[in-house]
Amino acid sequence: MARMKFLCDADRCIECNACVTACKNEHEVPWGINRRRVVTLNDGKPGERSISMACMHCTDAPCAAVCPVNCFYTTADAVVLHSKDLCIGCGYCFYACPFGAPQYPRVGNFGSRGKMDKCTFCAGGPEADGSKEEFEKYGSNRLAEGKLPLCAEMCSTKSLLAGDGEIIAQIYKERVVKRGYTSGAWGWKTAYRESIAT
Amino acid sequence: MTRLRTYFRLLVGALVLGFVVSVTAPVAAQQVNPTASAVKEEQLLNALRGGGAIDGRVSIPDQRSGTLIQPEGQAWRAFHQGTLLWVGGIAILGMLIVLVIFYLTRGMVMIKAGRSGRTIVRFNSFERFIHWMTATCWIILAISGLNITFGKSLLLPILGPDAFAAWSQWAKYSHNYLSFPFTIGVVVILLIWIAGNIPNKTDVNWVSEGGGLLDSSKHPPAYRFNAGQKMVYWIVVLGGAAMAITGYIMMFPFYVTDMAGMQTTQMLHSIVAMLFVAAMLAHIYIGTMGMEGAFEAMGTGTVDENWAKEHHALWLEEERTRTGPAQGQRQPAATPAE
Repeated sequence: MARMKFLCDADRCIECNACVTACKNEHEVPWGINRRRVVTLNDGKPGERSISMACMHCTDAPCAAVCPVNCFYTTADAVVLHSKDLCIGCGYCFYACPFGAPQYPRVGNFGSRGKMDKCTFCAGGPEADGSKEEFEKYGSNRLAEGKLPLCAEMCSTKSLLAGDGEIIAQIYKERVVKRGYTSGAWGWKTAYRESIAT
Repeated sequence: MTRLRTYFRLLVGALVLGFVVSVTAPVAAQQVNPTASAVKEEQLLNALRGGGAIDGRVSIPDQRSGTLIQPEGQAWRAFHQGTLLWVGGIAILGMLIVLVIFYLTRGMVMIKAGRSGRTIVRFNSFERFIHWMTATCWIILAISGLNITFGKSLLLPILGPDAFAAWSQWAKYSHNYLSFPFTIGVVVILLIWIAGNIPNKTDVNWVSEGGGLLDSSKHPPAYRFNAGQKMVYWIVVLGGAAMAITGYIMMFPFYVTDMAGMQTTQMLHSIVAMLFVAAMLAHIYIGTMGMEGAFEAMGTGTVDENWAKEHHALWLEEERTRTGPAQGQRQPAATPAE
């Protein structure tokens, strides 16, 4: 079974925001909600790097752990999804998520958040695949059609890769070997305990 | 210089330059490392160490999305799913066990001399109204609050996901709305009863005799509020204030503080809540089944004179001096509200 992952090659990302636009358009994401965003580090300085960030679909998802109504579930492809019907808009998933993936439409009184919305890896939600209800709540379900997330498909430099972890790692490895210099993938040292010479 | 010579010099110069460039350029290219000054993983790890976040620039108006990673989320998760459950479980279950043991060993504290049949007014209707408004709000706030922490472990298996989510949604709404009458009640309680709740020497004596809780022969004197009640008062006022402040910060997320602030606020709110619930369980116990003649003080507003003599002797004296000794009325079982 595939284990879906995102990988943003920070050496290639040019901050064009095509991924952001593609996601917004494909899922008709309401104003104010940013399922995907491009963050630029060291902006304007030498060594400026941009990374596209959305939900990382964690294995032991912190959002799922703290949800008071257990509205999250993980699919067989390891995609972390949630049910907007069960969500009570408490905001805890945003406090717990290290990547800031959950977003809220902020409808209602006081700071009332409304139903949480986040990147679905283009895999919809608990409703029937491809149904109108699923589209209205979660956006399109590309995975059910056998397609990969649109953000990665639209990436102009193919820095954002999305799909099975094994395949992505293979593509990325070929890239790094071919271009002959450092991996831009942060987390390498943390994950694999080996440093990369730059 | 002839023109020919100038051209010849230019040609030689160009060739030499071309030669030099072609020889050195590839070497220079091999020496250039395009990512030499890139942000290194080590730098980022150091930024993350100590709970820091990594921030960058975004073109989105919501500047909070500029935070790339906030690892404190994991620490907060560990608190909410670990520490808090233990603190809450031990505080609340522990208090319940203590109360059960206390009831089984000491039993209900009876009026030793029996009821005299004469009563005096202890709390007027305004005081009782404020108490019951605040108390009812508190009960609903406590249950809806505990639902956030313990609901999914205790209630979700019973109700199923849809019913539990619907119940939790309404619990959250009532929690947010009832916070207002609760806060008003706490403020009024602070004002109307602060005079009687300043600690003094009688309280030291009362505490030293254990309030007569464990030794039924002891009846340490007290004014209108004994030391135990004063503790409850200050727990309500200070705890209630802490809950209100942290609660309103959470109800208006990110208005006054950032992510770290919101996480800390939630931690304070939940820990104070657990201790508050434990304390109020003891208060509810002693005011209902723990002591004969106690509930009517807040229920009808009048108490039996013998009860007053045994538990609040100094207050009874003050009241008698104030209103005159023959004021005690014979009361039937139920009295109309004043």
